[in-house]
Amino acid sequence: MATMNQTGSAVNQGTLLAARGVSKYYGDEHERVLVLDSIDLELRAGEFIALLGPSGSGKSTLLRILAGLIAPSRGEVVADGAPLRGTNEQVAIVFQSFALYPWLTVQDNVELGLLAKELSPRERRERALRAIDLIGLDGFETAYPRELSGGMKQRVGFARALVVEPEVLFLDEPFSALDVLVAENLRHELLDLWRERKIPTRAILMVTHNIDEAVSMADRLLVFGANPGRIRIELPGLPTERRAVKDGAHAELVDTIYRVMTNPLEDVATLLPSAHAVERGAAPRYQMLPHVNIGELTGFIERLHALGGREDLYELARELHMEADDILPLAEAADLLGFGDVQEGDVLLTEEGRRFAEAGVLEEKELFRAQAASHIELIDAIARDLHAASDHRLPEDAVIERLEQTFSPIEARRQLDTAIDWGRYAELFAYDDDAGEFFLEEESQPAAR
Amino acid sequence: MRMFAPYGATPQRGAGDDRTPTRPGWIDAALIVALIALAYGIVVAASHWTAPLTPSASIDLAPRSLPLYAGLSTLRMALAYILSLAFTLVYAHIAAGNRRAERVMAPLLDILQSIPILSFLPGVVLGLVALFPRSHIGLELAAILLIFTSQAWNMTFSFYHSLLIIPSDLREAASVYRLNFWRRFTRLELPFAMIPLIWNSMMSWAGGWFFLMAAEQFTLGPHSFQLPGLGSYLQTAANDGNVGALLLGLATLIAIIVLLDQLLWRPLIAWADRFKLEQTAGGEAPTSGVLRALRRSALLEWLSGHVFAPSGEWLDRAFSRPLRPASRVETAKRETASVAPIRLRSSEAAAWPDRSAAQVVRAIVGVVALAACVWGAAAALRLVAHLSLGDWGNVTVSAGATLLRTVAALAIGVAWTVPLGVAIGLHPRWARRAQPIVQMVASIPATALFPALLLILIGLPGGLNIAAIGLMLLGTQWYVLFNVIAGAMAIPTDLREAAAIYKLRGWQRWRYMILPAIFPWLVTGMITATGGAWNASIVAEYVAFNSHVYQTVGLGALIASSAARGDFALLLAATLAMAAVVVAMNRLVWRPLYRLAEQRFHLD
Repeated sequence: MATMNQTGSAVNQGTLLAARGVSKYYGDEHERVLVLDSIDLELRAGEFIALLGPSGSGKSTLLRILAGLIAPSRGEVVADGAPLRGTNEQVAIVFQSFALYPWLTVQDNVELGLLAKELSPRERRERALRAIDLIGLDGFETAYPRELSGGMKQRVGFARALVVEPEVLFLDEPFSALDVLVAENLRHELLDLWRERKIPTRAILMVTHNIDEAVSMADRLLVFGANPGRIRIELPGLPTERRAVKDGAHAELVDTIYRVMTNPLEDVATLLPSAHAVERGAAPRYQMLPHVNIGELTGFIERLHALGGREDLYELARELHMEADDILPLAEAADLLGFGDVQEGDVLLTEEGRRFAEAGVLEEKELFRAQAASHIELIDAIARDLHAASDHRLPEDAVIERLEQTFSPIEARRQLDTAIDWGRYAELFAYDDDAGEFFLEEESQPAAR
Repeated sequence: MRMFAPYGATPQRGAGDDRTPTRPGWIDAALIVALIALAYGIVVAASHWTAPLTPSASIDLAPRSLPLYAGLSTLRMALAYILSLAFTLVYAHIAAGNRRAERVMAPLLDILQSIPILSFLPGVVLGLVALFPRSHIGLELAAILLIFTSQAWNMTFSFYHSLLIIPSDLREAASVYRLNFWRRFTRLELPFAMIPLIWNSMMSWAGGWFFLMAAEQFTLGPHSFQLPGLGSYLQTAANDGNVGALLLGLATLIAIIVLLDQLLWRPLIAWADRFKLEQTAGGEAPTSGVLRALRRSALLEWLSGHVFAPSGEWLDRAFSRPLRPASRVETAKRETASVAPIRLRSSEAAAWPDRSAAQVVRAIVGVVALAACVWGAAAALRLVAHLSLGDWGNVTVSAGATLLRTVAALAIGVAWTVPLGVAIGLHPRWARRAQPIVQMVASIPATALFPALLLILIGLPGGLNIAAIGLMLLGTQWYVLFNVIAGAMAIPTDLREAAAIYKLRGWQRWRYMILPAIFPWLVTGMITATGGAWNASIVAEYVAFNSHVYQTVGLGALIASSAARGDFALLLAATLAMAAVVVAMNRLVWRPLYRLAEQRFHLD
């Protein structure tokens, strides 16, 4: 990777923005949870980078660190050759939730980006109108955000970002709250503006869950892993002219990313024999429950069974109208529970998985209970502690405390919630929400072990 | 709508110049007349204020002096409100923006809220009268400050709470686009907090009217003070037993309240609808004929284009020069959006570029504050040390009596408002008609009705002892009723349909659907009502009527009588007792209930 080009702001190949050994902890001195682990990243002029990864992998945190909204715990961000202090002045962000001010009209929301520039009101208005024209919002200047559809709202988000003519444009899952067709349309228009150089933006960084989207837009793809958040692999994007066509190369790259993402616990090198990518970080060492509920998981397994017990994940996602972010946790859950296995971008059912798919309600429970008790460490640990406790009760705080040594407080809570959901279904334990306590129901005690 | 909003109201494309200007109409004439009347009123008030001090103005009970009294009282209320608003914006902003300050300021607000108006009386009056010994200004300021103490706290709470819950993406957008302190305040914080702030302002005005009589006329040891105003008028009429004047004063008060409601609050609420956070259109928007008329005013349109908008722009620039954009320290202090709500740590960091200087100043401020606290506590202790054991016993017994009364008032209030409120709330057509009426009735200050009611209640067995409960009830039950109606209206249709399909009847229907669904609302209403009942005890347990003082055993009576006698030690002890009981109740009873309501009975 090229070293920093100190004088390179005018040079096209210069580095605009870089993260150097950026780590981020949450929590206080004593109980710190690592959410981002030594990230190195360079954003060069002319580049469109996509950050992919499961939720909780710190992509959005990294984006906010690069934007100067959050300070890194360790390491530094270098912007235009100098360490970043405060919000990054060369960056504008388009938010997933649009982040429009509902009490301001479209025009005023766009002008918001210019307020800090101390222009005359007239100049501000004219520049805002140009941005509004550029993004196809003319006619809506006096509308309030609540009068607009999702797609139009996000256009306002884009206009507000583009009006400040940022050197670097950050996109934080900008299309994920939109309908499929609307998103497609907006993606096209953005790429058009970007490739035709209709906007002075020199680089784009996009966080996304959508693998397809990333492959069809980015020059470079970084796949993140969770716990701690780190870059697992960096992949070059397709050549520009091949991105739009969904041919073999496209499918292959999507498949590769699926393969990496569906095997969070394995080293990338073992997954990808062809080393056309830069491998970047080691895998974590503990089990993390994907947050899926039993109904979804059962439906997923039954569907897979109906399709013959083996299917390409990408195809399956398309067929189910799901995005990678929705289907990966399901595949991961099936894998964790020993109902399925993910191989080379395909997901297939194991013997247990087949039996589970064919079983009736009660038998399903039996099978699930056996798999959960033997495969899921957290559920096993809770059940074990409950049996060991003299009163067969266990306060959740004890479990959370243990989880927080590995996970952020929010993730710890979610892990616990998922474990409660699965454990209740498996009847391995019961849970009293009011008291925040696990306990054993009478009839479940003898059968548990 | 532009006229109220120097920020964020852009005319149509290409500047407002090419719009056809609105033609002047009757609304402009009305506005000009109103402005002239306002100017005249202020001149009259000013001439009164600077007049030589006569501590006890004699009140003329003739109807023709009512307009003047009404004007003076309204002006006092308005000034107190402006003061409350300023206090709210500053106090809440500091508390929400500075974690260390918050640890002191949030509980302090809780305590301040629990202290009744009369307990502030000696300090405020003696201090201000000493400051302006020769003119009325001191006494006027004292009255305004007393009204302020009945208006400020709930507004401050509301604004503070709003600041804490601003969504993180809106905050981040403000940072990314580098809005400075002032722009953040005018574009994000104030708009976001606007709707609850307006509703709380209405409540504050109701609170102000409630204590108007206490704020305009009071006795402090050997001195008795009376300011010309509607409160004094009502009090004098009651003292003289002049029922005709009493009713006339009451009618005037109600007229003012109705006028303010129609001319100020309704238009404000309709206007503030634009600050709703929801991103999609829907639901019924509040409307106001007055607002519609104002929006057609040529005068206001001209003013907004030539005065408001340029001055807004000017303010914007004036405030942006000395302040730097969001500082590094501010961002460094934050947790991310996903972990904790981002808070506004700006003031301290931005203002002090040099950290060591900031630390020195902070240390000095801390030491001075600590010294002041220690000195104040010592002085209070010395004062209270004079009290005998009997006095303390008296305080304890009184606290118990008032506690029983508030509980009784609350129980009676809940007993009748819940069935009625649910009945109204479950029938949208009734609700639409009943709500403005209930709001109107509730905003009539019960204190003004006390003397008339006392005539009836005092003759009953138990006398004031029981009557005080009725008086408290009159002041506070409305909060419960409002909330129950709102809660019943919010029960989702599908839950009601399910209850009908599965034939839940009678008690079952209440037990499984209605009570759980309205529980959070009911708790909210009861919290406000008990707070109000404690505060109302000072006027309910101690009533001057027909040149006779009626009083019963209770903390409110103790506070009122010791303030009147100038017995500061007892006043302090009773106030401390009340603050302690109210804060303890909040912590031990209401907060857990509220949490339960949030967790278990929160719909959706």
